[in-house]
Amino acid sequence: MSTTTMARDDGFRIGMLLSDTRYRSYTIQVIAMFVAMLGFAWLVDNTIKNLAALGKDFSFSFLWQPASYDINQTLIDYTSRSTNFRAAMVGILNTLLVAVLGCATATLIGVLAGVLRLSKNWLVARLMTIYVETMRNVPVLIWILITAAVINEFLPAPNQFRESVDPALRASPILGGLLVLTNRGFYLASPVWLDGSEILGIVLLICLAAAILFRRWAAKRQAATGRILPVGWIVAGIVVLPTLLAFLMLGMPIGVDYPTLKGFNFQGGVYARDSFIALWLALSLYTGAFIAEIVRSGILAVSHGQSEAAFALGLRPNRTMRLVVLPQALRVIIPPLISQYLNLTKNSSLAIAVGYMDVTGTLGGITLNQTGREMECILLLMGFYLVVSLVISAVMNIYNSRVKLQER
Amino acid sequence: MPDEQFPAENSPARRIVEHRPIAFVADRQIPPSPPPAATTGVVGWLRQNLFSSWLNGLLTLVAGYVVFRLLAVVVPWLFLNSTWEASSLSECRALDTGACLAVINERFGQFIYGFYPSELRWRPNLAFVLLLVALAPVLFDRVPRKLLWFSIVYPFIAYVLLWGGFGLRPVGSEQFGGFLLTMIIGVTGIAGSLPIGILLALGRQSDMPFIKAMCVGFIEFIRGVPLITLLFVASTLLNYFLPPGTNFDIIMRVLIMVTLFASAYMAEVIRGGLAALPKGQYEAADALGFDYWKSMRLVILPQALKISIPGIVNTFIGLFKDTTLVAIIGLLDPLGITNPIRADTNWNGIVWELYGFVALFFFICCFSMSRYSMYLERKLQTGHR
Repeated sequence: MSTTTMARDDGFRIGMLLSDTRYRSYTIQVIAMFVAMLGFAWLVDNTIKNLAALGKDFSFSFLWQPASYDINQTLIDYTSRSTNFRAAMVGILNTLLVAVLGCATATLIGVLAGVLRLSKNWLVARLMTIYVETMRNVPVLIWILITAAVINEFLPAPNQFRESVDPALRASPILGGLLVLTNRGFYLASPVWLDGSEILGIVLLICLAAAILFRRWAAKRQAATGRILPVGWIVAGIVVLPTLLAFLMLGMPIGVDYPTLKGFNFQGGVYARDSFIALWLALSLYTGAFIAEIVRSGILAVSHGQSEAAFALGLRPNRTMRLVVLPQALRVIIPPLISQYLNLTKNSSLAIAVGYMDVTGTLGGITLNQTGREMECILLLMGFYLVVSLVISAVMNIYNSRVKLQER
Repeated sequence: MPDEQFPAENSPARRIVEHRPIAFVADRQIPPSPPPAATTGVVGWLRQNLFSSWLNGLLTLVAGYVVFRLLAVVVPWLFLNSTWEASSLSECRALDTGACLAVINERFGQFIYGFYPSELRWRPNLAFVLLLVALAPVLFDRVPRKLLWFSIVYPFIAYVLLWGGFGLRPVGSEQFGGFLLTMIIGVTGIAGSLPIGILLALGRQSDMPFIKAMCVGFIEFIRGVPLITLLFVASTLLNYFLPPGTNFDIIMRVLIMVTLFASAYMAEVIRGGLAALPKGQYEAADALGFDYWKSMRLVILPQALKISIPGIVNTFIGLFKDTTLVAIIGLLDPLGITNPIRADTNWNGIVWELYGFVALFFFICCFSMSRYSMYLERKLQTGHR
């Protein structure tokens, strides 16, 4: 007769650290932590030794020293005597400017191209396919350089706008003098605020408030009675008519500052440099192609039954689009769209290729080269981009959790 | 009375009506008449696809006009009036009005190899042919499986062939350039980022908080900064992080940073595939008694990777395109090599031919990659419909 007894060993053996699943994950994590810390210490140690060998230290005091270089496009006051920190801020603002404008135009282009790619018109659909495929399959850096070359080679030089130039070669401003396209950049007429423009602004604000109130009232009325008002037209009327009346009664208090040729260049109006325009256009066209694909797939992702159901309820096609298809398509479209915005912001660092002074050009370019503080500059540069990315992805996460399908 | 007009079912009157021939009932089938001319053939196609409404017609006309104007400029410039044989831009302009493709003709070697010594160019050529051999078993499953061993040793063979050693004359990294450099960075990045990306994705899904935190931190950090800053790190900072005295080759430094960059994106793509698998698959693998690695290798990853193929290929395409950024830190990739060409007095002022050529190269590579991914998606489509 034999008795089977399990040899219960409650003691802890060293081998159980790996063989027992209760402990294994702790073992692995502790080992990984040690390896990571050792690796990190090794890197830091190497860095300290290397910096010491070069006689450098690690400090951010260079940020408060004069930058002593000029920046050709500044949104805030800046001279070559300003600090490196100020130069970095100028760069950051320039990055944000091109990123925000680029996102807006890329969305516009992308939505248009995406919808047109689904068009029943054979030629237009094919053209949009060609646009999307050529943009997506060629590096953005090449597009930036090509756009810059188009501006510099095809647009007229400022001196071609002179009266004395041979009429065959002479260039002229477009849109009645409001916009001048030259190979040094674009000049856009800017408004001049004269006496009384404050009153006009107040009138406009009041009209806007009235329009918002009217919209609320119309929505409430529709909910209560089911009758629909032509809200768009009425709102446009509420805003435009009184403002126009006030504008005329106040004696047209807004003037226009036209860009005019003085000396070798245009003066007046808003000046956008060729490098800025090239970067903005190239990024918009490039990202627009990606957005077009996102929009197209988003619209296709809404099942056909949804629009059929809306028609069955008696909704007109444009209301079907606005009330049924788009809200569902947006749920698919928004997350990849935001990540395209993020890509555009990161791609704007290629500004350095056309000489647009974004943060990579100032902090990561000239400041880095002049002060020789590679470590600090690149850390700050990465930090800036990281903050932007994390903020954008946080916004996206909030949006995602808000529109998520409520499943039961 | 209605009853007289419609006799009851069994009434004698009804039977008489059924058997009497009636003049106005057709006794033979009329052949179908052709559809209206406006809905068939060329006219029908045009009406349906180009002029279905006045708005569509307007769009067609505008688009057609734009296409016509573009072709009217590009075709004569590129095909009819272009010059293939000339030694300088001024000579080109004297010969004809179109594109000066002579620059491509003359500098073709530089576009392909950079400044790689011309008598040694058989080495990159051989490496490229061997690359195709090494890729064949990975891309197509009809190729014998034994060749996979060659794919594994290929990186070492390619390294020796390209940089020299073992009796081959050494070639310095500063001589590398052109599409050779693009291929080196692209292929290494692609080959390196897939395994690292898989590990990072698995780590991000892991139950172990420390491993997970490390992977998340790494992925989010890399994805949060532009590649150009990582290339700055490669060109200026990486030597600080290594033991004093090590002088690491610039191409190697770039390869490391590009691979790390791509693997973070790859990890996110694969994580999407892992998340898309139903939980039952994980449970089924556990129920079979597989340990972690076995269940990943045999059950989870084959399915997750299949789901994420489009994303993986997109990452590859993005990586391949991003190799152009090395031009900014001074490497002579196809885009970088245009600078010494334009600085040459013979070719001063040439723009479109160079950019167009480089763009065409990238278009062909990336477009064929995206087509291959579509082929792969169809091939691996094993689900039932």
